[in-house]
Amino acid sequence: MSTATPPPVPETVADVAVDQAAKADVVGSARKKAKSAAGNAARAITSPWASVFAIVMAIAWTTPTMGLFVTSFREQKDIVTSGWWQALSTPVSLENYGAAFNGNADNGYPMSEFFVNSLVIAIPCVFLPLLLASLAAYAFAWIDFPFRNALFVAVFALQVVPLQIALLPLAKIFQDMGIGGSFWALWLSHSAFALPLAVYLLHNFMKEIPASLLEAARVDGAGHVRTFFQVLLPLITPALASFGIFQFLWVWNDLLVALTMLGGDLARAPMTMALTNLSGQWGDKWYLTSAGAFISIAVPVAVFLSLQRYFVRGLLAGGTKG
Amino acid sequence: MATVKFDNATRIYPGNDTPSVDKLNIDIQDGEFLVLVGPSGCGKSTSLRMLAGLEEVNGGKIWIGDRDVTDMSPKDRDVAMVFQNYALYPHMTVADNMGFALKIAGVDKSEIRSRVEEAAKILDLTQYLERKPKALSGGQRQRVAMGRAIVRSPQVFLMDEPLSNLDAKLRVQTRTQIASLQRRLGVTTVYVTHDQVEAMTMGDRIALLKDGILQQCASPREMYDKPVNVFVAGFIGSPAMNLVTVPVVDGGVKFGNHALPVDREALAKAGKTVIVGVRPEDVEVTSNQDGLAITVELVEELGADAYVYGTPADKSIELESGDGGIKPFIARVDGRQVPMKGETIYVHPSADHMHVFNKETGVRL
Repeated sequence: MSTATPPPVPETVADVAVDQAAKADVVGSARKKAKSAAGNAARAITSPWASVFAIVMAIAWTTPTMGLFVTSFREQKDIVTSGWWQALSTPVSLENYGAAFNGNADNGYPMSEFFVNSLVIAIPCVFLPLLLASLAAYAFAWIDFPFRNALFVAVFALQVVPLQIALLPLAKIFQDMGIGGSFWALWLSHSAFALPLAVYLLHNFMKEIPASLLEAARVDGAGHVRTFFQVLLPLITPALASFGIFQFLWVWNDLLVALTMLGGDLARAPMTMALTNLSGQWGDKWYLTSAGAFISIAVPVAVFLSLQRYFVRGLLAGGTKG
Repeated sequence: MATVKFDNATRIYPGNDTPSVDKLNIDIQDGEFLVLVGPSGCGKSTSLRMLAGLEEVNGGKIWIGDRDVTDMSPKDRDVAMVFQNYALYPHMTVADNMGFALKIAGVDKSEIRSRVEEAAKILDLTQYLERKPKALSGGQRQRVAMGRAIVRSPQVFLMDEPLSNLDAKLRVQTRTQIASLQRRLGVTTVYVTHDQVEAMTMGDRIALLKDGILQQCASPREMYDKPVNVFVAGFIGSPAMNLVTVPVVDGGVKFGNHALPVDREALAKAGKTVIVGVRPEDVEVTSNQDGLAITVELVEELGADAYVYGTPADKSIELESGDGGIKPFIARVDGRQVPMKGETIYVHPSADHMHVFNKETGVRL
């Protein structure tokens, strides 16, 4: 996939101009034929070659996952002696899942013990930043206060700080506060790392809402709180849902922050910690790893499917005109 | 129901030196339909928003009834507003949209329902109550926006160009509906528009603004018959009034070669030239070459009568449009005796219906 050739680079400014003129020409004449550039684009996308390309991409991307999925149903000895594509000639069972989830001789860290921990960590880590960020975004978008723009830029600029840099100082601060190693340390750090992007994203979404809608709410007698909860929040559910999914995936799959903040405390450890132990000391317990991976995937998939119905386009349609 | 009073109300936007609304003084009677009109950027919408509480008042006061609302938040003013783009809540049904303000006010659910249904009946929206705004046509959305205001039975209705998003036919229809609805409900209404026809047809009184300054506030008839200055004269009326700069002579003014008698005292306040205004329907076309020579450039035939568009044969004669631009001379003529294109006609105002303005100040003499 990485061998795709880059587009030819025009060498001089004149070249660029000629290039653009040529392009404009092409577009112009195409427009005469096809009426609109949008129609052209739609046609280009639906061309058979594009379809072939898309299918090839899809196969290339999903094949390894498919392999892992098949592997997760095979016995350990079959996995090491034959490829997953030979699965039909060997027995398949759900035993690996049982072993990964409930533990066996190879697996001293049954995932079931960590499953609830993961939920306890992930759920507040999604709702806390969503609540804080949407409140902050509302203020940044619709309330006039001193240094608003400077503050907003500052919040956004925080994104450039990699969390790895903040990790140890943060752990130290939590230790000093007396919440080191607790769920609070995880909740707060995950929320903090999520906030800049969340504020920025939700702010942009809120700004899209016509000002007259908020003014109408004000004239109707709504204060900030009611305007926020009854007028704005329902209209930004697509943004809330998409950010919620990303944040959930991120926290659910996180190992680094959990490891740092909990310090290897297994009583509170998330499933990812169990998952890393599954492959065994020599990385040879494939039958456990593959099954564990799919156990771990199950929850994010469920979250995604359940939130999918909120990805509605055109929520704002009909409210305002012009 | 209440009176509304702008008392030297002033709004200066941050970063601006000149006020967007400058010392506005209007007294609006209880139950009156007042139209704020003017070209874009004249401060009419700002004035309305000041009354709504959406815009800060930097100077002066605003009264609703006997309450000083200058620094009150919108929700305490008991006003309802209809927005230009309707500003309906897209995620609520028509009924919820209309009942939102009542819900906030803590009105009983069954009471809300009955008031919403009553308003829906008036506006012919009953069958759409459970729909979302996106399933409605433009005209229906506009009516929902009206309904949202009616349901509250507020002290004052505020309408910010509510018809500008409708097509021409619907606009004329809705225009009369709003006017008659307002008379029936008897709620004091302030209505903003840039369309002088809307202003003339709907308002009990019209307030014409320019650059944030009130030019004239009077009944449509008075605005039409006695414009206080050149700007008002040029703005009100369609087609617009002809404004011709003419020399002052002894006892009157010279309109082409036609002498028009003008009151001596009035002329005493003017310089060597004055602006004479004459509406197209008050132009008399003469057969004996008496008056101003106009070269006909275009004739608009409307059946019963026709409008003649032309320029003065004498190119040195200035025609003004009230706001500084140049425009053709327009005369209404009998539809059965229409001059040909390129022909020269002689015109002068009928003596009873002419307006004389100071050339320098533009003020009516």
